[in-house]
Amino acid sequence: MKFNKLYLLLLFCFLYMPIVVLISLSFNKSGLPTAWGGFSFEWYVKLFQNEKIFKALTNTLIVATVSTLIASTIGTLLAIGIELKKVRNNIIEGTVFIPMIIPDIVMAISLLSFFTLIQFTLGLHSIIISHVVFNIAFVCAVVRTRFNHFDHSIIEASYDLGGKNIVTFIKITLPIIFPGVLAGSLLAFTLSVDEFIIAFFTAGAGSSSTTLPMLIYSMIRFGVTPEINALSTFIILFSFIILFTSLRLNKESVIS
Amino acid sequence: MNTLKRNILLIPGLAWIFIFLILPCILIISLSFFERGIYGGIDYNFNFENYSRVVEFTYLKILLNSSKIAFLSGFFAVLFGYPAAYFIYKAPAKYQIALLFLVMLPFWSNYLIRTYAWMVLLNNQGLINTILINLNIIKEPLNILYTEFSVIIGLIYNYLPFVILSIYSSVSKLDQNLIEASKDLGGSSIKTFFLVTLPLTLPGVAAGFIFVFVLSIGNFITPDLLGGGKFLMIGNLIYDQFLSARDWPFGASLSFVLISIMLFLLFLQSIFVRKIS
Repeated sequence: MKFNKLYLLLLFCFLYMPIVVLISLSFNKSGLPTAWGGFSFEWYVKLFQNEKIFKALTNTLIVATVSTLIASTIGTLLAIGIELKKVRNNIIEGTVFIPMIIPDIVMAISLLSFFTLIQFTLGLHSIIISHVVFNIAFVCAVVRTRFNHFDHSIIEASYDLGGKNIVTFIKITLPIIFPGVLAGSLLAFTLSVDEFIIAFFTAGAGSSSTTLPMLIYSMIRFGVTPEINALSTFIILFSFIILFTSLRLNKESVIS
Repeated sequence: MNTLKRNILLIPGLAWIFIFLILPCILIISLSFFERGIYGGIDYNFNFENYSRVVEFTYLKILLNSSKIAFLSGFFAVLFGYPAAYFIYKAPAKYQIALLFLVMLPFWSNYLIRTYAWMVLLNNQGLINTILINLNIIKEPLNILYTEFSVIIGLIYNYLPFVILSIYSSVSKLDQNLIEASKDLGGSSIKTFFLVTLPLTLPGVAAGFIFVFVLSIGNFITPDLLGGGKFLMIGNLIYDQFLSARDWPFGASLSFVLISIMLFLLFLQSIFVRKIS
């Protein structure tokens, strides 16, 4: 039993060491990973003064918000459509599964070739379109799990009592699946905020549509500045907050 | 609701996926049968030239090397992940969910940032080297960063949570009566593990391994950052064809090869799972 605990302890050291090191370095005055120069908020101050980061953050939030709104609407409809079918359709389910398993790099170059061929101007809007593709799949998957404990006879009951399609949808179906829609939207939002490769390929030339991950990549690739530790700490905290919120939502929904 | 109205719900989603994913993929596949134009454009001249280039020594070597790195990452992720999943399952029931949650939590932070953190750790002047030198274990800093080893560490780190989760789900479905039966019949703990537990949990192992393999072989960020661009994996090769070499048809054929390898492995896995259950 002691060995079990020791093993799990080592596992968690391995999993959390990089994150802990990064967060502590963000408060290191010297900015170097090797020497501790004292505790300071210097890099956080520099971070807030960096206009490039601010611009990239704005771009990221635009892309994530718009793509989440589109994907959660379309993805929810898709989930309802699939679940209300009485027979399973493997072609439809397979199609919805593709965006989740295709390698990012393949999806990225396919979209780049496609946009180039139809002479579509690249920019934030092309990133949004591309992010909607995989977000639809993830929203749809999350919303579909809500149908696991969905009693289809309630819908029949609503029809029998004279409820029209729209009324039944707003009063019955939507409230039941709504926690799933919210959880799916949060997932989509996080995925979109974090996504790098597809954004990188579909952003087009110039830096006007650089997103935060693209900026982080170039910061890592071409000369590391200590600000990146502060920025990383922020992003890690942000992801964890979203995760806790989404778990909260799902838990409450299970109880109700 | 009648069938027609139900289908209307499906249309926007399926259309979006079709137009912005399936169609571009078909385009990429057809592109792979053409050739690069003199000025970097595309000459619409149907041939299999690109595919014979894929099996040329230089590219075949990259393909094999990518497979090797993906295989090693998958193998070690399963090797380290299996005991973890097993011990979590053996922990008191009230802690299991919390432990699994702690395993998954790092996975929720940004992939680039997690990879960057390993650059900080493995650097010549990084934390691991500094500690080892201060403890007098080594005199000279070890060159860990920018090697295949650091790429494999990065890949294992990023995908280990999924492996643990997939093996845990297999282990937790295990019929405890079978274990008891084996022990009653005189099997030692080790014998029971290798003859009963392990074979019955192989679907989880296979799913975890394939998961790591598939995500690693097409990976672009980890070899680029932790490998320092020193050696190419197939993902980096595709990237180069599209952004620097400007040979889109060749890049397209590499993508097609990548997808084929992936689909083949997923297919093998589904057969394997069906056979066992």
